[in-house]
Order: sequence, then structure tokens, then C-alpha cells
Amino acid sequence: MPQIFHRSTNTLAKLSIFGGLFILAFVAWAVAEINRSSWNTGAFVEREQPVQFSHKHHVGDDGIDCRYCHTSVETSSSAGLPPTKTCMNCHSQIWNDSPYLEIVRESWRENRPIEWTRVHDLPDYVYFNHSIHVAKGVGCNTCHGPVHDMALVYQAKSLQMEWCLECHREPERFLRPKSEVFNMRWREENKTAEQLAEGRRLKEEYAVRHKAVMQSCSTCHR
Amino acid sequence: MHIKDTLPELYEIRRPLKAAEVQRRLAGKQGKEYWRSLEELADRPEFDELLHREFPRQAAVWDESVDRRSFLKLMGASLALAGLTTSCSYQPPEVVVPYVRQPEELVPGKPLFFATAMPRADGAVGLLVRSNEGRPTHIEGNPDHPTSGTPERPAEHRVAGLDIFAQASILSLYDPDRSQTVLDRGMIRDYTAFLAEIRSGLSGIGARQGAGLRFLTETITSPTAAGQMRDILRRFPAARWHVYEPAGAQNATAGASLAFGEPVNTVYRFDRADRVLSLDSDFLSAVGANIRHARDFINRRRVLEHLRDGQAAEAGREPMNRLYAVETTPTNTGAKADHRLPLKPSELIAFAAAVAAGVGAAGVSAPAGSVPHADKIPAIVKDLQAHRGRSIVIPGEYAPPVVHALAHAINAALGNAGQTVLYTEPIDANPVDQVQSLRELLTDIDAGQVEMLVIVGGNPVYTAPADFDFRSRLEKVRFRVHLSPHNDETSELCHWHIPESHYLETWSDARAHDGTVSIIQPLIQPLYKGRSVHEFLAAFSDRPERSGYDLVREYWQAQNIGGDFEQSWRRAVHDGFIPNTQARERTVSPRGDLGAQLAAAQTAQHGGLEVVFRPDPSVYDGRYANNGWLQELPKPLTKLTWDNAALVSPATARQLFNIAENAYTYRGTELEVPLVEVRLQGKAVRAPLVVQPGQPDGVVTVHLGYGRTQAGKVGSTTDSTTVGFNAYQIRTSGAMWYAAGAELAATGDVYPLSITQLHFNMEGRDIVRSNTLEEYVRNAGDTGREHEGGGHGGAPIESGEGHREIGGTGSHKNPGPHDSLYYTEQGGYPYPGYKWGMAIDTLACVGCNACVVACQSENNIPVVGKDQVARSREMHWIRVDAYFRGLAENPEGVHFMPVPCMHCEQAPCEPVCPVNATVHDADGTNNMVYNRCVGTRYCSNNCPYKVRRFNFLLYQDFETPSLKLMRNPDVTVRSRGVMEKCTYCIQRIQWAKIESEKEGRRVRDGEIQPACQASCPTEAIIFGDLNDSGSRVAKLQADRRNYALLAELGTRPRTTYLAAVRNPNPEIPSAPSTGDAHGETHG
Repeated sequence: MPQIFHRSTNTLAKLSIFGGLFILAFVAWAVAEINRSSWNTGAFVEREQPVQFSHKHHVGDDGIDCRYCHTSVETSSSAGLPPTKTCMNCHSQIWNDSPYLEIVRESWRENRPIEWTRVHDLPDYVYFNHSIHVAKGVGCNTCHGPVHDMALVYQAKSLQMEWCLECHREPERFLRPKSEVFNMRWREENKTAEQLAEGRRLKEEYAVRHKAVMQSCSTCHR
Repeated sequence: MHIKDTLPELYEIRRPLKAAEVQRRLAGKQGKEYWRSLEELADRPEFDELLHREFPRQAAVWDESVDRRSFLKLMGASLALAGLTTSCSYQPPEVVVPYVRQPEELVPGKPLFFATAMPRADGAVGLLVRSNEGRPTHIEGNPDHPTSGTPERPAEHRVAGLDIFAQASILSLYDPDRSQTVLDRGMIRDYTAFLAEIRSGLSGIGARQGAGLRFLTETITSPTAAGQMRDILRRFPAARWHVYEPAGAQNATAGASLAFGEPVNTVYRFDRADRVLSLDSDFLSAVGANIRHARDFINRRRVLEHLRDGQAAEAGREPMNRLYAVETTPTNTGAKADHRLPLKPSELIAFAAAVAAGVGAAGVSAPAGSVPHADKIPAIVKDLQAHRGRSIVIPGEYAPPVVHALAHAINAALGNAGQTVLYTEPIDANPVDQVQSLRELLTDIDAGQVEMLVIVGGNPVYTAPADFDFRSRLEKVRFRVHLSPHNDETSELCHWHIPESHYLETWSDARAHDGTVSIIQPLIQPLYKGRSVHEFLAAFSDRPERSGYDLVREYWQAQNIGGDFEQSWRRAVHDGFIPNTQARERTVSPRGDLGAQLAAAQTAQHGGLEVVFRPDPSVYDGRYANNGWLQELPKPLTKLTWDNAALVSPATARQLFNIAENAYTYRGTELEVPLVEVRLQGKAVRAPLVVQPGQPDGVVTVHLGYGRTQAGKVGSTTDSTTVGFNAYQIRTSGAMWYAAGAELAATGDVYPLSITQLHFNMEGRDIVRSNTLEEYVRNAGDTGREHEGGGHGGAPIESGEGHREIGGTGSHKNPGPHDSLYYTEQGGYPYPGYKWGMAIDTLACVGCNACVVACQSENNIPVVGKDQVARSREMHWIRVDAYFRGLAENPEGVHFMPVPCMHCEQAPCEPVCPVNATVHDADGTNNMVYNRCVGTRYCSNNCPYKVRRFNFLLYQDFETPSLKLMRNPDVTVRSRGVMEKCTYCIQRIQWAKIESEKEGRRVRDGEIQPACQASCPTEAIIFGDLNDSGSRVAKLQADRRNYALLAELGTRPRTTYLAAVRNPNPEIPSAPSTGDAHGETHG
């Protein structure tokens, strides 16, 4: 009976036994990477908005404080989205005939709200509270990235649970003085030994809870 | 292969036990033992199945048989779909919609609370309603309101409670079956067309001074509505106002008229009473002042602080009140009684007269003939006389007027009038004899004198006495208008139907039980363009299109409410009531001789089986029939859901049908009871028969409010579904609450019922504990604890002896702090921060179920339906178990025990979860992580308390738009295949923690109230931080009465119980040892 396979296939077969392990490892790695990629998380994807509103212009150029529009960031779970009234505070005076702002003026005239596209969307079983993070010295740009430099806002971080836990495990890496919370140009993360030492000091000063408390499921899931 | 083939026993028909066998099994089962059902007492094999499987018969998930091939196909398809959906789906893009002009005070993410009130016939209940971004989502009591709150306490200690009807009314607001359009002879029209037709109709009637114009209302306590009615009657002097309330306080009104010659209102001050005799009154749950009564009664019942500490009682102060309850059917009040005396309705008058004669009430002589419980009356009379001015004799809400008159006479003789029993002006704006009022209307209809009939609320076609034949007479009226929230049985027969707005959508006012005027403010614009009573009545005035706000505000502007009107009005709207508007107190004295009425009442009795009518504990008179929360709520004593039944005593069931126990038969997943026919005065209705321990022999209790045909999708009986039977069909004007001469006949049919009494049973271990006051005081010095830290110590509280001792060693040995079946680090986690815990006082729990509904509302808990309840799949996170004690015929007392998740420190559910979906947090609460749960159900299998609930099917309604508005945004809405359970209202804990952190302080005691605690009228549930030794919960857990449920398992539950204490009269021996008084009277 003739050999169907050539001798060299033996080597191939042996290789594939070991290769299988590599393939499995590769698949696992690929899945993990895809899962973390912005294709899955939606990070770095700029969202079209009904009004061509530029945070870069309003925050970066004009220097308007975050809290002028996001009024409840220090008091409530939600930072708050400005009502049309807030836009009209200025734009009834300046740029009041700009065609870009027709949608805003129309909303004001017709008493019909503007429907914005949500950029940062957590799953419904996650209950994030802005006010407590601000109160403990977590800066805006730590989570939201360089908003002062974004013409169209995108999600700068993955918003995955492992990313939340980075800070809930080691808050000293991300804390800053409360006076700098709304400073968009402050460093997003403490990296040097000096900065980390300050982070640890602030963690004490602001009575940031033990990591066991911060990592409890009930802290974020209800 | 069908499930029937693999598990044939599930489909086997089990025969009910015959009486003799049951008696044999029950023999010798007396005394201290506690039991939840007759099945448990008799130890039937079916009960074993229920005991050992938390979700009995759950294997029968497939309703249809599935063969191997289709099973594989399904599995393949679902695997493929699972792969697709998990890897290739994004969260759908969301839009965010800010306001154009944001209302002041509204902060997104922060709820607001508004004071309002729920109007009810017997008194409004003050509420605080939570509003999330403009949507009312949850209801709590108003701490400042005289009915639901505690205005007598200092502001920082005020609490509030509610009852199930107020709590569940939020679901009625969002009920998608509510009437949504004005209907003119079945056609959709608008309101202006209605106004036009009324105007033209009134122009003819007006010319005749209103002759032919009739109004039929429910009991009205709203001053504004009463003012409007008076104005209408002034405009049309010949018009008439009729009132009919199917389950109102008519007998109390008639009784007051009989006693005093005028219909005064009675206010009972349980906070001043040391001895209470209830003459068939269910004052702990009867709608009206129930919340206030329960709180005051229980506060007077709490064993005084100094007794806890083992000191001698202070002279002259009773440590605990005492309740004697005479009753014709078991009620929550009877359950809390120290002496419960069941009797037939026909014997009630004789009993009341004997007590009246005993205390020397004016004009009452001892009744001739036999008196039930005659041996106990002297001791009761002696006890009452020893507490002159500090006792209350309260007549039953539905007892005949003469019993009310007798009670007034007794209270006068005991010097209670003006002390514990106050008389005031009536709160009912038109306190007439309502049955007579309705009868007059019908007589006039027959005489052709009624041209236009305006029915304002109510559903008289369904609720009117059967002998009135309201339906056919209504059709004789030429023009009929009906205002109601649903297009119901009455609307169907009316020319015009106007949708009535819910009280959370309207401006109105109403009087509370003591007369305090409560302002009702809307929380939301009417969802379906409904009209309030005020806006509707305005159609009959000369200014027909006025808003409810203007009408209410103008009414009060015309009254003098003190100071600057604008300021007082704003304050009243903010507080929810107008201060100092209690009904004026009256000093009245009984008119002497009741002999004639007594004689008449006594001769009216005749034999046969007697019938007791009661409004249903869950759906009341039928108005809440379309409320799924209330339908699915297990009724306090029968634990029946979705149905009503004919309740009889075990002896009567045996005598009439030769069956005993609850005569349950299981077939497949269903539990079936015999269907019997209740015949009364030529009318008959078919009803399922339920054997109720404690029911007097020879008495059938039927509850009103079921068997509706036009209630809506939830509560209607249709061709395919039956939701109870209509007891109104046998209720006649001569016997509205008690009737004699009934018959019960077997039909041979069976009927499936969903009763939760047997669900989630914890076996006969040491579960309920109680003691008498006497022994409690005697043991006061003995505070020795056998083991520190391990649940209950050697507290001198007797426990029910489990009838299955484990391994014969007894279940009372307590584990030490480190004894546990479950792995623990040495010493366990120290919980340095907060240590949340809960104490539940079984002395205080009156079994009202308010916590169950509050929890359902707060935590977005779905309704599962009758069929699923039958399979033990109800989703309530907290259940109230009722434990009977003593004899089946006359249980000594019922103990209510609310059971939420115990949050064990060594939680048995945690180690068995393969995906870590249930874990502890750093404060020691047991969390349920829904997004991790894969639905193995191992956790619930391993839970000794059986408090975990599994979403077997997609119970949550994700489709109906109005129900989405109702949900609490702070709690995840669970989907199919997920386990869930009590979280201690983790959302409220986190909220308080965040707020306190921001202010740089610890959470204050009392700052966190889980929904169950916030709704509890008697403060039976207390939550707090166990690390704070000054907190209420820490003090309660240090109390002598404290014990942990199933402590011997070493689970170290954070929720513990306080044993009940009862205060029986030592001069009245307890029932089991004397034999039963029952036997003497009924042979």
C-alpha cells in the first residue's frame, strides 16, 4: 500500500501539535485586544452632534469653566447637560445671527429641547456619581481627556471596568488638589515618585476610603 | 419526551387526606409548636416536597413536550445566537435631552419629594412622593401628617408609615388600562362636546329647579368638592345628592346616630389606652386610621426600656397594653391579640351586651339566653374596670349599628369618652344612611323621576346590593354620566364616560381620620387628559371650564386659614396639610335605653350557616382589582394571591364535606381546592373553599372586590381567566356585612389557587419565639449569655420547639464566634467602616404587608402572574410569614415574621456561586451582581432562609411605555435568567454614604431607611450601623429579646429578630389547657 502522505508531513504534524498551543494563545490574546480596542469600547470615536459645538473653542480658547454649563457636577450623580437657556445667555448677544446656531435659536423659540448624542455611555447597571469624584480630587480630564482640545468630543478612555478599577485600586495615582479639579491642563496621572507622594498625601487628606470599600461591587452596581 | 414521563410524580393526582387521617396526625400536636399551615401541622408528604425544594416542581419548566431533535435544534440555534450577540453588538447610541429652560430646584440625578395626600372614604393619608426628573416613582408617608406621620414627636425623630393601598397607588397611576378618552355612547369625543350636551341638558332641568337631576357619589371628605355640591344644590334646589360607598363606615355613622342622635365621628387614642377590647374590629388594618392606630397601639405595647434592663416596673404605669379581640373571622388585629375569642356574627350583640351590662352601662341589661365566652367576660370586665379612662372598647367597622351603640355606652360607663375615645364632627361631608340613600334613588328611578343621573366615581353596577338590581334600573334613566378612572362595569351602561384623573395628577383636598385637611397637589400632568372630581363638578356650575387648581385655591381663599393667605396656602401645599383643621371635638352622651334595639336585633337572628362579608385585604372593594402588586400580594392570613375564597373552619369543612386541612390537591404544578356553591337568600355564587385556622365554626367568610368583568387586563375575569368570584352577587341590602341562613354545597369541581403559605418554608426549626410578659419580667435579671457574639444568647425567651430536632441534639446550641460551616479567616473580616444590620421586632409587626409593596415599588420588582405564583416563583424580596400557634381550631395567636435577605456574614450562597455573582462588600452586605449572574441557582439552593428569587421567565415589562416611567432609576431592571434578592436598599445606602462623605462626616443613625422600614407603620424594622453603639439597631440587637434566625448554622446573619412578648390576662387560662370555649358554644 503506497504512502498517501509524504514523510515531511510528519514534521508538519509535530509542529502543529505545538503550533496549536500558540494558536490558542494567539486567539486568546486577539480576543482580549479586540475587547479592549476602541472598535469595541467606542473610545476615540468623535460623535456627530446636532449643533457644531466645539469644546476646544469654548474651553480652550474662551476659558469657560466646566461648571458654567455642567452645573450639578459638584452636587449630583449627573454632571448635568446645559439647558438651551445656558447657550442663549451668551448667544442672544454674540453670534446671534450665526447660521450654525439656528438649531439653538429654534429650540429656544419653539421650546423644543435639542437632542444631543451621548458620548460617555456607561452600561445601565453601573451607577457613576460625579459629585463624589470631584469632592475627592479626581480631575475632569483624568476621565474625560483633553476636552479643552476637542473640537468634537470623543470618549478618551475605554470606560471598561478594569479602567475604573485602576483608580479604585490605587487612587494615589490619579488624585490632585481639589483646587485643580477643573484645571484641564493639570496632569491626568501622577507618575513620578514626587507626584505619587503627593497623591498619597491627598488620599489621606481627603479621607479616600480603603480600597476594600472602593472595590466592593455595591460601590458602583446596584 | 414529555416531562411527565421522566417525573411522573409531578403529574400524579394527590387525593386530599380524609378527616380521620388528619385528625390522627394532628392528635398530640398541640402546645408550643408554631406552624404556618395545616399541611405543616399534619406533616403531609406533599409538605415534605415543598420543604426540600425551594422552587418545588421547578423541573417542569417546559409546558409542552420537546423531543430530542427539536431540543438539539434549539440548543444549536441559541448557541449560535449567543456567539453572535455577545461579540457583535454595540450599546445602542443614546440621545441626551436637556431642558430648554430648566425648572428651578430640579437637579438631574437628584430626586425631589412633594407632600400630597391620598383621598379615601374613611380619611386621607398624608404622603411624601418621590419625583425623579418629574416622574413620581415612589411613595412614602409624610412624617408631619397626623395619619401617616408622627407630628407629636420632635422634628428630628419623626417617622412615617404607610399601608399597602397608598403604597401601591403609584402603579395605578401608570396603569396602562386606565381610561384614556371621553366616550359618548361608546364613541370617542372631546370634553367640550360633553360640556355642550350638559349645558343643553341643564337648560331644561334648570327650568324645573333641577327636578330630575341626581348625583350619586362615593363618600366625599373633600371640603372643596362638598362646597361644589352645595353650590350645585343651591343652583338646582330640586336636585338631589345620593351617596353610596360599598365598604364605607356606614355602620359607624348609624351606630353614632343610634347612640347620640347625631352622626359624630369617633377618634380612638390608642396611645392612651392600656386595655383594648375589640368587638369584631380590625382596627390595625381597616382603611382610614389604620396607620395611626397600628403605631399608637404598638407603641403602647413595646415593653418598656427599664424592663429590658431588668429593673422593677415603675409604679402606676402599665408596661404593656392588653388586647382582647372578639372576632367573626380571623384578622390581623386578632392575630396580635392577647386573647382572641372567635364567635359567630349572631352572637356578637349578645357578647357586647353582656360586657355592657357587666361594666354597668346605662340602659343595658344582661342578655337573656346563652352568651358566648361567658366564662371569660367577668375577667375582661374586671380588667376594663381596673383601667377606667385608660381603656378602649372599639366596635367593628362592619358590626351592626347596635354594637357601635353598645360600645359607646361601655366607653361612657368606663369613663373613656373624652380620654381615649374622642367624638368629633363628622368628616364625611354628607353623612347619610347610604343604603337608604341608594334605595331612594332607585325608587325614584322606578317612579320615572330621574332624568339625568351623574355618577361621580365609584362603580355601583358592580358594588350595589344584589337585591337592588342596579343594572336594569340604571338603564331606565334617560341620560347617564359616569366619571371614573377605568371604563368599568358602570361606564359601560352610561351614555357619557369621563376619565377621572389619578390623585397624583390633580389638585384637591381631603380630610384625614381626625378631620385635618390635607392638600393634594399633582406630581405630574394628567397622563390621559383625565378630569378631577372638581373639574367634573364644575361642568354643572355656571363656570364649567375651571381648573382644579383654581377651584381648590379659591375655596380655601374664601375660608380663613390664618394670616396672609398666600403665605398660609404655600405653607399648606408644602406641608401637605392645613394646620389646626381637626374636626371640632364634641361632648356627647349616650341617649340611654338601647333595650328596644337590642331586642329587635336579637330576634332578627336565625340559624344556618352564617356569612361574613369583608372588603378584600388586597383589592379592597374591587377598586384596586387592576393593580398587579396588590393582586399578587399574599393576603395576611390566608397567603392567597390573585383570588378570593370562601373561608371556613377546619371543623365546618369536616362536617360539611368530610375533608380537612386545606384540602389541597396537587396536579402537576397546580394546587387545587374544591369549588363550592355559597347559597344565600335565593342567590348563589361558586367559590373555592379554603380552610382557615381560627375561623369560627359555622361561619363562611367571603371577601368582596373580585370577579370583576371590566377591571382591565390584570383584574378582569374573562372567558379564559378567572380572577376570583364576585361576592357582591349574594350581598343584599338587608345583610350588608353579616348574613345568616346560608348553605354550602359541593359542586364536584375543583379550582386552582396560588397560595404562598407553603412557599419558601424553613422547616420546623426554632424560628419564631415569644413569651408572656409575666415570664419576661420574671426572667429580667437573667441576662446570662452562653456564647458571646453568636446570634442569640441564653435569652430567657421560650422558643417554639422544632418538631424535627436535628440529630436529636436540639437546635438551641449556639455556635461560638468562629464556629461556621463556611471558610473564614481567623476572626473574620473586621468591618472597620460601617457594619450595616437590621433588627425586626416581631412584637411590633402587625402583618400589614406595607413593606412588601414598598420594596416592590422601590426595587422595580416585577409581577409574575397567578400561574407563576403557583410554581413558587413570586419575586417579592421580603415576605411576611404567618406562624400559627397551638390548636388548628383556635390558634392562640399568629406571629408575623417579615423575612428579607439576612445578609449573613458567612453567607452560604457565596461559596457555591461559580461566577462570583454574589459577594460581600466591605460594609458586610451581601451583594448580588446581576451582570455576572448566569442563573445556576446554586445560591438559592444553598440559602437556608430561602430569600433568593430567580427570574425564570422575562417577568419585567420592557414594552409598556407608562410602566417605564414608574421605575426607580437607581435600581437595575433585571431581565430573565438572573437571581435577585433584598439588597438592604443598597442604592439608599450608597446615596447616604456619598452625601455624608461630601460633608466630611459619618452617616447619621436613621439617615438610611430602606423602603421596608420607611413604610412600616409600627417601626418594626430598624436598619443602621452596628459599629455605632448608640444606633437604634445596635441597641435593639443588644436587647434581651434579640435572636438570630437559624443561628445554629453559623451563618451570622446581620438581620436579627426580636422575640414577641404577649400579655395575656392571668385570670383567663389559655385556650389549650381549658379546652376550647368554642366547643362549649357550638357543641
